[in-house]
Amino acid sequence: MLRDTWLMAVKDLRIELGSRVVTAQILPFGLLVLILFGLAISPDLLVTGDARRSVLEEIAPGLFWLAVLLSALMALARAFALEADDGNLDALRMAGIDPAGVFLGKALAVAVQLVAIEAVLGFGAVVVFGVPLSDPLLLAVTLVLATFSITLAGTLYAALASGLRSRDTLVPLLVLPVLAPVLLGATLATRDALFADPAVPGWSWAMLLAVFSLLYLGVGMLAFGPLLEET
Amino acid sequence: MPDSPVIELRGAISLIDRFPALAGVDLTVSEGEILLVRGPNGAGKSTLLRLCAGLAPLSEGYGEVLGFRLGDRRQRRELRRQTGLLAHSTFLYDELTVEENLVFWARANRIDLAAVEPVLDRLALSNRLRTVRVANLSAGQRRRASLAVLVCRRPRLWLLDEPHAGLDVNGRDFVDGLIKHAIAFGATVLLASHDYDRAGDIASRTIVISGGQIQDDVPSAPPAPPSTRPVEPGGPRWRPGTGDNEPASTGRRTS
Repeated sequence: MLRDTWLMAVKDLRIELGSRVVTAQILPFGLLVLILFGLAISPDLLVTGDARRSVLEEIAPGLFWLAVLLSALMALARAFALEADDGNLDALRMAGIDPAGVFLGKALAVAVQLVAIEAVLGFGAVVVFGVPLSDPLLLAVTLVLATFSITLAGTLYAALASGLRSRDTLVPLLVLPVLAPVLLGATLATRDALFADPAVPGWSWAMLLAVFSLLYLGVGMLAFGPLLEET
Repeated sequence: MPDSPVIELRGAISLIDRFPALAGVDLTVSEGEILLVRGPNGAGKSTLLRLCAGLAPLSEGYGEVLGFRLGDRRQRRELRRQTGLLAHSTFLYDELTVEENLVFWARANRIDLAAVEPVLDRLALSNRLRTVRVANLSAGQRRRASLAVLVCRRPRLWLLDEPHAGLDVNGRDFVDGLIKHAIAFGATVLLASHDYDRAGDIASRTIVISGGQIQDDVPSAPPAPPSTRPVEPGGPRWRPGTGDNEPASTGRRTS
């Protein structure tokens, strides 16, 4: 299984290096989303109370994760379009490649792409929203766990839709509700990491992300075989 | 006691989105046969090939291919590894080069990478075309690259869906040579084709399929004796014509 995971991940990343869809299309899209959020909300609006932060700073973690999520949808759809477009899922089935390896390999490749997107969007968020950073460790753990959560659950549902003609519109419809807890957990944990907000238990939310990742890791590895069989 | 057949279907029904693409097929194919599957578009030829590859579902009836029961998921998985399907889809990644595709599929199929180079050479893909992205190949060159993957797999059962389509005369001759070579080494071939003259020439038997059912099953004229149509040792080689090894477009290439 590990061999097949590596084979699939390297292949997908090699395709990305050749086509540069993430760098030329998905990343600019994420940055655009972030900038548009910044333009839509005035930086002069201040939060009431003692925080002395602007509204833009206050909601920056949520906007960042929304931008990441929307970018992830594009990356996930792209990952399965590669297999569905020329019948390559059939060829993978004929090769006898381990379905769990296909699942993990695809998720790993999307995760690597997403980490690159998050790095650029994170830098963009600092510039556009001017946010501080209080707990770098919590932020790093949140980024890793949220990335795994998004890619593992997203890969499973993108595969579910990959055999259907309406997959392009169906993937967001399937994935967004499932990832709502991830968006919530990642936003609150990031908020704690940035502002050291005593009202938000950041590490608890990070733990929720870990549980979510483990859950979808298990479900994905078990369900991907039958799923691949039916698509 | 005679050898068990390579393919045995009894009352096989295959539903694709509830439509009976195969509506009760009875078919027995023995080892070493070259079976030509004829029929109009939408008759069920491709579905029959996909059923034998373990890809299309056996919704009702009985089916056994290479000794593996089609109704059993695990056995179907094992069957897939031992069959080779050349379909309308190329099964190639457009963004990878010819060589990268072959290496990927060799690894995915657990084939020794040492087998890749001779196959590239046999199919005249070892020079200019090896580093060209598949997206930049012509239809015939893509077909050739798909054939290269199939040759690497060395399947026991060859399922060829319109193998001559998009190929020039040299390419068609190569496919014919490939089929004869596979048969000489103990494989069995199912061939769906509209090129009746050429395919009928090498087939040992022909079935006519229509409406998802076999309408006719006749032995073909025996192929020419080996003295006039020899099997090339080591397998046939692609003899490229003028321009055969030029990529179809001048798009970006990877090296």
